[in-house]
Amino acid sequence: MKKRRLVIRTIILLILGAAVAYTLYANFTKDDIKKVVIGEQAPDFVLVDLNGEEHRLSDYKGQGVFLNFWGTYCKPCEKEMPYMDNQYKQFKDKGVQTLAVNVGESELSVSKFAERHKLTFPIVLDKDGQVQTAYKIGALPATFMIDKDGKVVKYHTGQLTEEMIKELMEQVQP
Amino acid sequence: MKHVKCECGHVNPHGTILCEACGRVLQESEKDKKLVDMRYEGSARRSQTYNKTIIDKIWNFFSSVKVGVWLIVITLIASALGTILPQEMYIPPVMPAAEYYEDQYGWIGKLYYELGFHNLYSSWWYLVLIASIGISLVICSLDRMIPLWRALKAQRVARHEGFLKRQRIFGVSEASNLDVSYEKIKERLKAKRYNIREEDGNILAEKGRFSRWGPYVNHIGLIIFLIGGMLRFVPGMYIDEVLWVREGETKVIPETDGQYYLKNNKFILEVYDKDKDNKAFSNAIEEKGMVAKNYQSDVTLYKKKGETVAGQAPELEKVKDYSIKVNEPLKFEGYALYQVSYKLDELNQMTFRLNKKDSEESFGEIKIDLNDPKDRYDLGNGYAVEVVSYFPDFEFDDSGEPITKSKVPNNPAFVFKMISPDKKDGEISFVAIQQTIEPFGDNEYKMNFAGIDTKHVSSITVRKDLTLWIIALGGLIFMIGVAQGSYWNHRRIWLRRVNDEVWIAGHTNKNWHGLKREIQSVLEGTGIDDPEDQVQKETKE
Repeated sequence: MKKRRLVIRTIILLILGAAVAYTLYANFTKDDIKKVVIGEQAPDFVLVDLNGEEHRLSDYKGQGVFLNFWGTYCKPCEKEMPYMDNQYKQFKDKGVQTLAVNVGESELSVSKFAERHKLTFPIVLDKDGQVQTAYKIGALPATFMIDKDGKVVKYHTGQLTEEMIKELMEQVQP
Repeated sequence: MKHVKCECGHVNPHGTILCEACGRVLQESEKDKKLVDMRYEGSARRSQTYNKTIIDKIWNFFSSVKVGVWLIVITLIASALGTILPQEMYIPPVMPAAEYYEDQYGWIGKLYYELGFHNLYSSWWYLVLIASIGISLVICSLDRMIPLWRALKAQRVARHEGFLKRQRIFGVSEASNLDVSYEKIKERLKAKRYNIREEDGNILAEKGRFSRWGPYVNHIGLIIFLIGGMLRFVPGMYIDEVLWVREGETKVIPETDGQYYLKNNKFILEVYDKDKDNKAFSNAIEEKGMVAKNYQSDVTLYKKKGETVAGQAPELEKVKDYSIKVNEPLKFEGYALYQVSYKLDELNQMTFRLNKKDSEESFGEIKIDLNDPKDRYDLGNGYAVEVVSYFPDFEFDDSGEPITKSKVPNNPAFVFKMISPDKKDGEISFVAIQQTIEPFGDNEYKMNFAGIDTKHVSSITVRKDLTLWIIALGGLIFMIGVAQGSYWNHRRIWLRRVNDEVWIAGHTNKNWHGLKREIQSVLEGTGIDDPEDQVQKETKE
């Protein structure tokens, strides 16, 4: 009798506990599903840059990729752009490519911005927002580090310093 | 484990106050009381009696109604705190949340963010609170319903004198001719839909026991409701996203895996017309100026053909045309698209004329697509306009430089270079709405504003909810429980022969007045006196 009571109580508590544990687990992985999962393949995309050249992410297999989402109206983006450009020049021949995805502004705004800041890395335009949807972009700037196998190794929102950019690029250097 | 064997022979669980079968008072402390506590029939609430293993301790914690009430109070306070500042999902995506809260609300914002209130309703501790309420509901219910059910099932017709005497409604009568009276009473009780059990000249009449299960049915409904809420966390069960589409624009519908696209053909806002519509509205229309009649987006739904990589122009196949109105969503494959908001007259194109200042002579017009301006517009005859800079949502920053606040053309501004045969190098002019600045001195030419084109923007909610029927079922069961407990009363009347006397007692879970009237009409003309209400008597004395 006493034993049965203990068993029943234990079973009920276990069932309730399992339900709670699952809810908490699902709630915490919800954000991971939203964003691109660290350690998983980065969603592939094809976008055209300001010079009319196509860039396909999967074509950069074998190299690390510094993938940055930005807008001309975003102050922190503007601040980190020159740092990115410096590091791009340092790393482009060491196997780390830089791709800056503009979040659907007009080509004119973007090219004028690039001219003004003398940016040399490829800037691609995500006009209809498909790539932003695929990467679940919210706040800007957002940076993904992708390694030579096409896996996402790091995700960062907010402004980066030049030191941080350098470290990030070293991380994915093949 | 110690069982308590009553003098009547019934074996009660440890901790029982009133014998389940005969109602004899088993606990010494209860014996001094004038009336017995009939809550849960004096049964042993298990939780209160065993406290040995860790499992028992957890069980007992959640079994306490006091704990349950505190959990609810804490949850209410926490929920209220979450409404002080906007939740993270509602802040504009201009900067990371960590910076936004401090920037907008100062140190309070910073604290709010650091304590995790910016994401309160999906924080682990909030979910733990809600889950604890659920656990408390289950355990409280089990812990009370099972003993109550046992006690009501085990009750015998003949109740102990001590039990009857301590009922709120109780009376003793000298009675002759009891057999005749009994027949009459039984008939009348039957007419009032009582279930009658008779044993050795004792009667137990009972009805509406069903009402006692009301609260537990209600709790089952609540638990189902909570399970429905929990299922929203299961991927694919619940989607709630917002999609803004301009007229003429085609956009991918979020959460459809890039499979479905929506084109907005036209947004329509209709208002009531004072003259054409029902005259009854004319006062209201005059008072408010404008009363909306219809919000509508005429859309086309497309499905993607074949596989594409994000960024590639997909090949689209038309599924259907539809007019989304409020409460008339476009439904497809479990998704529903609702009309939720709109923005009228978003700037789309601006037209300028290149004029000579002194003669007002015009050298042609340029039409600028504000979402995709060209960098040069040729007007022929050696005249041209170059767009040197473009600020779709213009303002001056702290250092007096023109910047754009967003990518939406809310307040467009341009730096034009006006090229003409006599000014081959061009003249620079900064043009914003109702504002022209000539940074390099007086120009001979100017850009005259000639007109705008606007487009409406529809805001569509993308919703998919597979949990709705579970939540509705929970709500229905909840209401059944409420009705069951509220509209039925559990009434019992005991008649017991003690020597030459008849002892009569009554109990109900609510509406004592109704029970007294029922007893009165049953006893009328039988020679048995009406029992007294001992609570009322006490207060009178």
